Amino acid sequence: MLQIPLWNRLFIILTVLVGLSFAMPNFFYGTVERHNDALAEIERTGAETPQQTEDVAAWPGYLPATLVNLGLDLRGGAHLLAEVQVEDVYVQRMDSLWPEVRDALRELRDVVGTIRRVDAEPGLLQVRISQPEGMVSALAAVRELGQPVVSLTGGFGESTLDVSGAGDVITVRLSESEQAATNDRTLQQSIEIVRRRVDEAGTREPTIQRQGADRILIQVPGIGSAQELKELIGTTARLTFHPVVGRASGPDADTDSRQMVLPSVDEGDGYYILEETPVVTGDDLVDSQPGFDQQTGEAIVTFRFNPTGARAFGEYTAANVGAPFAIVLDEEVISAPVIRSAITGGAGQISGNFTVEGSTELAILLRAGALPAEMTFLEERTIGPELGADSVQAGQTAALIAFAAVLIFMVASYGLFGVFASIALILNVGLIFGILSLIGATLTLPGIAGIVLTIGMAVDANVLVFERIREELKTAKGPARAIELGYERALSAIIDANITTFIIATILFVLGSGPVRGFSVTLGIGIVTSVFTAIYVTRLLVVYWFERKRPKKIEV
Amino acid sequence: MRLRLVPQETSFDFFKHARLTFGASIVAVIASLVIWAMVGLNFGIDFLGGTTIRTDSTVQVEVGEYRAALDPLNLGDVVISEVFDPNFADDQHVVTVRIQAQEGAEAVTPEVITAIQTALQEAVDPAMTFPSVESVGPKVSGELIQTAIIAVLASLGAILVYIWLRFEWQFSVGAVAALIHDVILTIGVFSLFQIRFELATVAALLTIVGYSINDTVVIFDRLRENLIKYKQMALRDVMNLSANETLSRTLMTSGTTLIALIALLVLGGDVIRGFVFAIAWGVVVGTYSSIYVAKNVVLMIGVKRDWSKPSDGGGASGTQFANIDA
Repeated sequence: MLQIPLWNRLFIILTVLVGLSFAMPNFFYGTVERHNDALAEIERTGAETPQQTEDVAAWPGYLPATLVNLGLDLRGGAHLLAEVQVEDVYVQRMDSLWPEVRDALRELRDVVGTIRRVDAEPGLLQVRISQPEGMVSALAAVRELGQPVVSLTGGFGESTLDVSGAGDVITVRLSESEQAATNDRTLQQSIEIVRRRVDEAGTREPTIQRQGADRILIQVPGIGSAQELKELIGTTARLTFHPVVGRASGPDADTDSRQMVLPSVDEGDGYYILEETPVVTGDDLVDSQPGFDQQTGEAIVTFRFNPTGARAFGEYTAANVGAPFAIVLDEEVISAPVIRSAITGGAGQISGNFTVEGSTELAILLRAGALPAEMTFLEERTIGPELGADSVQAGQTAALIAFAAVLIFMVASYGLFGVFASIALILNVGLIFGILSLIGATLTLPGIAGIVLTIGMAVDANVLVFERIREELKTAKGPARAIELGYERALSAIIDANITTFIIATILFVLGSGPVRGFSVTLGIGIVTSVFTAIYVTRLLVVYWFERKRPKKIEV
Repeated sequence: MRLRLVPQETSFDFFKHARLTFGASIVAVIASLVIWAMVGLNFGIDFLGGTTIRTDSTVQVEVGEYRAALDPLNLGDVVISEVFDPNFADDQHVVTVRIQAQEGAEAVTPEVITAIQTALQEAVDPAMTFPSVESVGPKVSGELIQTAIIAVLASLGAILVYIWLRFEWQFSVGAVAALIHDVILTIGVFSLFQIRFELATVAALLTIVGYSINDTVVIFDRLRENLIKYKQMALRDVMNLSANETLSRTLMTSGTTLIALIALLVLGGDVIRGFVFAIAWGVVVGTYSSIYVAKNVVLMIGVKRDWSKPSDGGGASGTQFANIDA
């Protein structure tokens, strides 16, 4: 007969209660959000303002404070899909390898003759030797510079360098597995830097994800525009120190190979000719702080190198006392002081007409590190906060109306059983919100559509059961038996119908991105919760009612 | 008094006009394909690449004015369409401006966006705001098309396999035929009315697939049950019986879902209207196809009637896979 074991009943009731308690904070979205933000801020800064204390107190700490994440289309914000130009790094790697190659070959001067770096396509290092007979030993010496690839996927024993010789030219490039490993590192580093820069701006819960081999997805709610976001993360702040060859009058000045002309920031139309290979780069920077010059009182940025950088810097400055060297930031010469003495401590300062804000900003950028490679933006979306708010409003209204209409329809069709189904439906929506909050999923506009669609479809399982009970009642085995058979026999259709829809939700989740994924999440969750509420919850309600009333006859 | 969409007992002969209904479906599918081929879909920037700017202004919209402001910028193909929504305030005028991907640009060009915004503010309304700006580079849009096609095919494939495992291969052919029917008809409507086809539309298509299969499976489930119960009855009659028995449920569910969707269609705002329309249309087509297409196909192929093989325990839902019933 109609029986559900006690533990089963408890489980159902408990699940519903837990689900609803996680959903409940969403009714007080603003309050809970301020509560959570204030907590996070206090955690981060260690300090507490009166406003924050008030915000924290506004929501009791013993209550759950889980919220559904609102997607960009509901909250407003910016979305960027960036592609990292991973090849940039190969170029830098080759540039920094050149001095090593030069030194290694110099030791073989007797065999290989004079050596000269020749211009090659990006990512290649080509060296011409004057005595091609020495090629074999030259190749061996350069190969020595390679190291075993460090990566999980790279082949064992493979070198980082791919060295070959043709005629009198040695060609060096990164080996394939090292390229893969480098790409991986470049991307991780880029993500880390983007994250730090976005965090500095202090926005709420940005999403920064890797997508595919060389892409990063960045979503920041609450930011004014994608343009703003790009400016925030797109500033490279690549700091380098170059030997100065001379000055030039314009950007088209003649240069030797491996030299470049860069404009000066301070001197309007001044240009410098610099060695292309930097002495030290910002990669070796360990710290950077804004400060003031003690003599002149102007705003400056101080920096400190790691031991490697400090050594290179020290050696160079010691060997070039009296010569100027250029501090280059993002392809512009910030200043080109003359080296007065060797700088061995690895610390220094950059001055150059900074405002206080300017020096603070530069220090932050330097501290966050330079992006290892340039990024191009393949996709950008800005959604204004008003548009998002309008959408939420419209979605809510629509959902409520839909909800009411479906409830009326169900009660009109199935009477008391329709009421049970309606209760299940209300609980179902509560559970969807509970699960969305719990797993921190993001609710998007199509996601709301997904919930509304689930409202329509959630009754399906109940309709199946009720229709089945009606049929079983015709064969007159008594109401209890009919109800039991109704649930039992409808089950296979319910399961099949929902699994197929679930398959679709899964595929949408795997292949979709952005709003589509949001939709698939609510659809998938909705399927699970609707089956639960439609089968277990209504059944429990029916059983409780049946146990009290013991009707001889029922009408469904 | 209970609301009844259909009488308690029905005995419609769903195959009476099989030639007519199935023929109509075939004609509709072919017509959709022809329209699709001739007119093409009105792809949004997700698939074409380009930029969509939504403008919001209190000034009455003159599309000509917008066009005049943008013409000097030489942007190539520019589509300007006014947006209507019952939720808008009386003096709220919203327009979407769609610009094709700019020649030679692999990525998004912010200069173009700024130029458009400045031009519009100068020519139309200095107080104009831009509630949303979306740009997709041509590189990504190509991939999105590919992913969308894969998603639809993968869903069809997965369903084909699932139904085959749970029922019989004939059922899965029928079900998938019905699904393809629904998808093509939806694409047909999108190209006929030139409704914007975006990434979200693909999600809608897949939802239709999910909904339609839901409907079909319920009838199939009953069919499987009845095939065992009435071993001697002609396949055609068993199918009619099953469809009649589930008719009340089919219409109830379509009804509630449509009610919900219509509410969303009217009140849900213009941003998702295309998306919701696609699903609502799909619910109608899906309901039709599960009654008139899927079963017809199964009837045409025929189904193995000899269910008395070893695994059949004589139970109500016995098929050779009955044991995996959850």
